[in-house]
Amino acid sequence: MKKEVPLIITFVAGMIMIVQYFVPHWPFSNLQQMFNNWFLIITVFALILGILNLLKNHIEKVSRRRKGWLYSIVLMTGFMIMGVAGFVWGPAEGRPFDWIYWHAHVPMSSTMFALLAFFVASASYRAFRARTAEATLLLVSAILVMMSRVPLGSYMWSQLPLIGDWIMSYPNMAGQRAIMIGIALGVVSTSLRIILGIERTYLSGK
Amino acid sequence: MKVLERLEKIDRRYVFILILLAVVIPLLFPINFKIEVSEPVAMLYRTVEELSPGSCVLFSFDYGPSTMPEVYPMNLALVRHCFSKDIKVIGIALWPEGVQFGNEAFRVAADEYGKEYGIDYINLGYKAGGVVVVSAAAEDIATTFPQDYTGRSIEEFPIMTEVKNFDNIDLIVSFSAGDPGTREYIRIAQGRYGKKVGTGVTAVSAPAFYPYLNAGQLQGLLGGMKGAAEYETLIQQSGLGTSGMDAQSIAHGLIIFFIVLANVFYIAGRRKK
Repeated sequence: MKKEVPLIITFVAGMIMIVQYFVPHWPFSNLQQMFNNWFLIITVFALILGILNLLKNHIEKVSRRRKGWLYSIVLMTGFMIMGVAGFVWGPAEGRPFDWIYWHAHVPMSSTMFALLAFFVASASYRAFRARTAEATLLLVSAILVMMSRVPLGSYMWSQLPLIGDWIMSYPNMAGQRAIMIGIALGVVSTSLRIILGIERTYLSGK
Repeated sequence: MKVLERLEKIDRRYVFILILLAVVIPLLFPINFKIEVSEPVAMLYRTVEELSPGSCVLFSFDYGPSTMPEVYPMNLALVRHCFSKDIKVIGIALWPEGVQFGNEAFRVAADEYGKEYGIDYINLGYKAGGVVVVSAAAEDIATTFPQDYTGRSIEEFPIMTEVKNFDNIDLIVSFSAGDPGTREYIRIAQGRYGKKVGTGVTAVSAPAFYPYLNAGQLQGLLGGMKGAAEYETLIQQSGLGTSGMDAQSIAHGLIIFFIVLANVFYIAGRRKK
């Protein structure tokens, strides 16, 4: 029963979701909405579970003084401050949550991401080498697309944006489509395996 | 040979300093490069232009602070465009961090065009669940988002009286920096309900959306800060996208210079060997 019940639930839920997509009428449309609402409720509990798990891990890290435990204190302090600010005063404009978001979270997060520009520049100098014909092709395409995407490119040569658009609209799109079709086929086959009970690793992790 | 080797293994801190200067100097002393509008951006602009006053659009704020410099300018430009045409805007977020950015764009544009919260626009906030949120909202917005982002019932707001589900939405635009985001709207809102969907995405993810654009599943595509700058050019309202283009242009140019220089050293070194 431990395995059969989850397999039956998966099969019924999966089949209903497939049928409702092609038959969006009663009773399937109602079932779809009901399943959606259930999913949204479960998602909230999954979020709570995730938060509790995160806190548990960091409390453990601090109590055992593991490497980087001071960062865990920073994390938990930030979590508590944002949580209290959100629950007590709400997220509306001008409230503490909003203020902390704009004056601490946004600058810190933006700064972390902005560092990428420096590392990309450094990596471009050290790693992008035309070692083979394929690498050279990739390098030339990248340079053309990069320059065509900024006004400096059209300032240097008026035809550059057209070349960039051609690369994006033909070679890029063909490659993207191949990837997307491959992913879609993979998703369909994996989903069918799960719905039909062939793939059962999600039940026991084995 | 030694000079070539030294130049090839130059201290990366010099590279960092040059990049810093390439970004900061154009921001302080703008060059004002002319911005050419590309077809994917013009398509979205035309789609909004074709909407009549009183139409209702759904904006989804699916990005966070890390992608703010690229995505927020296009978010603001689209809100401005809609408000200038008296189009009503409903905002939701598939990312928790997107709510505040949506609010900020609404606040700035509402001040400029004299729009009122709850009448001309509303922010319904974040809901966890990704694709299921889109699927549920398509059938019933009030059940999926019973309250706005502050916790007030949406029944209090006049804008929501005539909007029940995606049947009452004329255009959906997802400002997306990843998943969940634009793909969820293409799959459900466009694929299943036939709604018009447009998007604004980061420059790095824009190539992945060209197949959707070509297939007619997207009504337009804004890619990165350049997309925002192009949209600002179309609505004739300069903003963060336009002001950032000079810096981005010079930074791109510098990175390409590094790539070319490094390859010249590499080829020269190989020949000598």
